[in-house]
Amino acid sequence: MENYHDLLMQDIRFEEGLNACMNCGVCTAICPAAEFYDYDPRQIVDIVQSGDNDEIEKLLKSDVIWYCGECMSCKTRCPRGNAPGLVIMALRGLSQDLGFFVESEKGRQQLAIKRTVGESILNTGYCVYLDGIKPDLHPEQGPNWEWIYKNRTALLARLGGNYKGDGPGILRKIPEEALEELKRIFEVTGGKKRYDKIEFYSRKKAEELNLEFDEGIDNEYFRHIYKTNNGSHTK
Amino acid sequence: MKIEGKKAIWSEYQKEIADDHYFYVRSCIRQNFFPGSEVAFLKIMREELNKDIYEHPCHTTCSGIGYHGDVVPVETAMTVVARQFAMMTEAGYRNYIPSCITSFGLYTEILETWHHFPEVEKRIREQLWKATKREFVVPENLAHASDVIYKFRKEIVAKGKYKLVNKNTGEPLKVVDHIGCHYAKMFPSKGIGGAEYPYVLAGMVEEWGGKVIDYPERRHCCGFGFRQYLIQANRGFSIACSKEKFESMQPFKPDMIITNCPGCPMFLDRWQYVINEMEGKRYGQDGEGIPVFTYEEVAGLILGYNPWDLGLQMHQTDCEPVLDKIGIEYDPEEKHNTSIYNKKVEVHSSVNV
Repeated sequence: MENYHDLLMQDIRFEEGLNACMNCGVCTAICPAAEFYDYDPRQIVDIVQSGDNDEIEKLLKSDVIWYCGECMSCKTRCPRGNAPGLVIMALRGLSQDLGFFVESEKGRQQLAIKRTVGESILNTGYCVYLDGIKPDLHPEQGPNWEWIYKNRTALLARLGGNYKGDGPGILRKIPEEALEELKRIFEVTGGKKRYDKIEFYSRKKAEELNLEFDEGIDNEYFRHIYKTNNGSHTK
Repeated sequence: MKIEGKKAIWSEYQKEIADDHYFYVRSCIRQNFFPGSEVAFLKIMREELNKDIYEHPCHTTCSGIGYHGDVVPVETAMTVVARQFAMMTEAGYRNYIPSCITSFGLYTEILETWHHFPEVEKRIREQLWKATKREFVVPENLAHASDVIYKFRKEIVAKGKYKLVNKNTGEPLKVVDHIGCHYAKMFPSKGIGGAEYPYVLAGMVEEWGGKVIDYPERRHCCGFGFRQYLIQANRGFSIACSKEKFESMQPFKPDMIITNCPGCPMFLDRWQYVINEMEGKRYGQDGEGIPVFTYEEVAGLILGYNPWDLGLQMHQTDCEPVLDKIGIEYDPEEKHNTSIYNKKVEVHSSVNV
């Protein structure tokens, strides 16, 4: 069995984010996620700090580490200069590297983030791009978004954008050579490896759950992880 | 307290902001949801303030949403950012101005990490060279675009046509300032006023004639939470955070909200629509919503720009109540009329030729 604490120590954010926690709970008091979810960052830091391998493994396989919104309010208030949010980021990274993320409902959602934001980065050079923000997937955007989406070419021209154009400007087409550089960066630095692991473990989990798995967002497994909420996460 | 004492206390919360010659990098979210704001920022910098500001066509996302969505590893994000710094270096600039708060937070985090762990910076330089054959110098000055507008807030109002004042009563408009979490919560010394009393937006509001509202949940996150909005199943978290803020600010009767983050204005705008759909509740006065603005939109209005050139028609919560209170002139027919848009674009094109 691997020593998870040692693995976490290899993440620079773990070293930056955790000195010696005195368990005062200020992080939990200020945390927006702790107000909404059944979530206690103080407890997570306590478990990680204890070095208890079994307990850390449980965390890595749990929903709990996926509740944080990474607002970093905890960093501001910690009297010891810790950043539980950075500890969470290190835990999430390790959970994905070890394939543990697919063992929880919230963890499985990582495939959806990889397929949307992650692939958009490499395919368009943007984390999000207008064409992909379809009104039927985003009812919360309201009726005005439907009008924006339908009239986006005229609207962006009016506002001085450069929609899909060459050169600088709003929503310009990112040149192919720039996208190639991004892809090489992902290959050299472990970004592609992370994407591949998310795909690999998600496929295995889909087989286990007997859900159809395919590329893109129009398949049973994607819809399942994107929409499922078993209702047990909040207080 | 003596004024010297006050100055000494606040000195650590001041921030150096370059005076000219900026390298500008765009925000993924803002280009989609508030394109008019970035256009207005560049127009103000170039045409109102006569500043040199450059945008490299080959810059990309900083990968920040992917980083905080936890699909992009930290060293990948660092190397993507290093490439952005290389673009700046190659273009001959040293002052780096991101449009995005998530980016600003990521750049700050990376520069701080490299400062404390020089071996990490060395490794990132090697990885960037291996991947792109590029090299970089770290920025001499890093400031968010809202810092720059704050710096020149007096010049803007001096050229302005309007103020944040109710034209009928003469009273200052009551304004909620909402600061993006990653502006200063991670590194309070990197934001004007720090994390507890950030002054970047309050300074603009006060200079431009408005009155800032203090309310209990002033520093609470808007609820973006990255994966908490990106995944449909998690959006209850996002709307709950915004709702907590609306409930907290409503008793103070705000006329408007001003923001400096890409996601915050979108969520504070859209979740008002959703709460009204779900519960029939509105938080503004006279049964309206509370209009939500970016700081560039507000600066543009002060300067007398056409609201529909600023992109206010892209808001779900109508902005007209604030325009009417200030007395800003606008053509309601123009708001959603794309045939008028096309005519305007033709005129712009012929002028440019």
